[in-house]
Amino acid sequence: MKLKLWMLVTAAIVLSFVSLFIGAIDITPKDLLDFQSDEVEIFLASRLPRLMAIILTGAGMSIAGLIMQTLSRNKFVSPTTSGTLDAAKLGIVISMVFFTNVTYMEKIIFGFACALIGTFIFMRLLDRIKLKDVIFVPLIGIMFGNIISSISTFIGYEADVLQNVSSFFLGSFTLVVSGRYELLYVAVPAIILAYIFANKFMVAGMGEDFAKNLGLSYKTVLNIGLILIAIISTIVVLTVGSIPFLGLIVPNLVSLYLGDNLRKVIPHTVALGVVFLLACDIVSRIIVAPYEIPVNTTVAVIGSAIFLVMLFRGKAYAK
Amino acid sequence: MQNNVKKRNTVKILILLVIAIVSIIGFLFYNIQGSFSYAFPKRVVRVCAMTITGIAIAYATVMFQTVTRNRILTPSIIGIDSMYEVVQTVIYFFLGSASIFVVDRYLNFGTAIVAMVIFAILLYRFLFRADKYPIFLLLLAGMIIGTLLGSLVNFLQVIIDPIEYLSLQNRLFASFTNVKSELVGISAIILIACFLYGARLMRDLDVMNLGRDNAINLGIDYDKIVLRVLILASILLATSTALVGPVTFLGLIVSNLAYQFLVTYKHSILILGASLISIIALVGGQFLVLHVFELQTTISVIINFIGGLYFIYLLLKESRSAR
Repeated sequence: MKLKLWMLVTAAIVLSFVSLFIGAIDITPKDLLDFQSDEVEIFLASRLPRLMAIILTGAGMSIAGLIMQTLSRNKFVSPTTSGTLDAAKLGIVISMVFFTNVTYMEKIIFGFACALIGTFIFMRLLDRIKLKDVIFVPLIGIMFGNIISSISTFIGYEADVLQNVSSFFLGSFTLVVSGRYELLYVAVPAIILAYIFANKFMVAGMGEDFAKNLGLSYKTVLNIGLILIAIISTIVVLTVGSIPFLGLIVPNLVSLYLGDNLRKVIPHTVALGVVFLLACDIVSRIIVAPYEIPVNTTVAVIGSAIFLVMLFRGKAYAK
Repeated sequence: MQNNVKKRNTVKILILLVIAIVSIIGFLFYNIQGSFSYAFPKRVVRVCAMTITGIAIAYATVMFQTVTRNRILTPSIIGIDSMYEVVQTVIYFFLGSASIFVVDRYLNFGTAIVAMVIFAILLYRFLFRADKYPIFLLLLAGMIIGTLLGSLVNFLQVIIDPIEYLSLQNRLFASFTNVKSELVGISAIILIACFLYGARLMRDLDVMNLGRDNAINLGIDYDKIVLRVLILASILLATSTALVGPVTFLGLIVSNLAYQFLVTYKHSILILGASLISIIALVGGQFLVLHVFELQTTISVIINFIGGLYFIYLLLKESRSAR
């Protein structure tokens, strides 16, 4: 089946409306006409920010995954399977231990620095590995992430902030209210930049020698890509917590029906990422209403199941 | 020549035994402050739990790796011990804490084991037996299955009734700092029973190292042995998970160290060695963490860190031989 962009956009709009009007307090579109009512206040302070946060996270994480997959030319590389999310967490944990009254800005800086270093180390590691197997690389990446997160747990234990750490990273949109999520708008310029650099990323993905032959400043393009990935990951981890598998499966689903032309793929990836995350969030809110399930749990269940299917789909990887 | 190797292995096993005993004694008696009669029994319980866990995981891992013919994938990495938590959560979720499956501990444990065995057999049938998937794919799939089960548990635990959840939490959240002391006795009995039963399998497992076809040629009822091993491994893992919770990378480390340290194909020796290494890693490791480095962290964090590094090392080694 070939999905058209307009279908995805329609789905995103419909799901957005659903997302705006479900929740503990019933709000109908009619209530919004009365500007003085409590409903309008709830709508503006909680529902709308939540929707925006979901859209920005869905789009941002999917694009981050897409850039990574293009640069490494490996379909199974993503912030989840390369330690980027874990490195961002480690940075935030370190900032929490170092500064007693850690500010938002310090968390961002440390998280970003660690995410960047982590992703960079992983990409270097990839250069060293002889076996560029499509399966082998994410395997190393996941283990790399496990090692980094055991360092976080260790620091958490020693500094007695473990409780803090684990509640902090539970990916959820529950706590998103106006004033607490605006940082996510950084994803917008990041996506635009990704679009501008799309062709260059593709060329860089062909390998250093090839890229240089075509007159591309390989190092610069690679670094821009890594910085974009690190920024998006850090900001998502910081504002909503870690959302696994999103950057992994969305670009893969798109490339199933659309191929690999990055300029064409980017709008679809953004739209599908938004649709996927919105759907997961709505499911998480409906099942135990008026309570809700952390969205990262729902995403992890669905995402890992889809990933498993992708792994065994077709005979491409069979001996 | 043969005798030489045998002798050397005996010496090595004796060395391991001495280190294991020294770490246990150290852990039990070192620097007891305050009331001896209060601290000592607590330490005994912890040492027993660690010893039982260590032996159970080493035993299950070595057998599992022979049956699946690989040395990287362990039952824990592929999520067989997460299955224990899945079963417990599902029971609470659908039947509630007043159900006979919760109240009757034996029935509860039995149900968990049956589910784990079925899961292990399915994995074996579809992944290993087919023999068409490369090892790296199996590894990645195994890890993702583990993640899937883990997040499924989280998912159910969030939507479960809060009162049921409290009771479930009480049952599930075991760790080295929160040993389920009431289970130590029954775990020891199960472990001994597994050893008595498994002793007959050791020779068959030695022959199975030659591969499926050769083993069948030599008169081994291959599939029957595989089934027995999977059941045994599931029981062992259920026991250790119930006692101290999942310890993901312990099996990987101790089995591979045993393969390297003891040059033999004999499972009786390999399992003995791996068990001793396992005890040293857990008890000795905890001793070092507590008293030498004076850290608060639990040994499982350190094992996951070292295990992760070791896993990458093994992968890189394997990848070099693959091409």
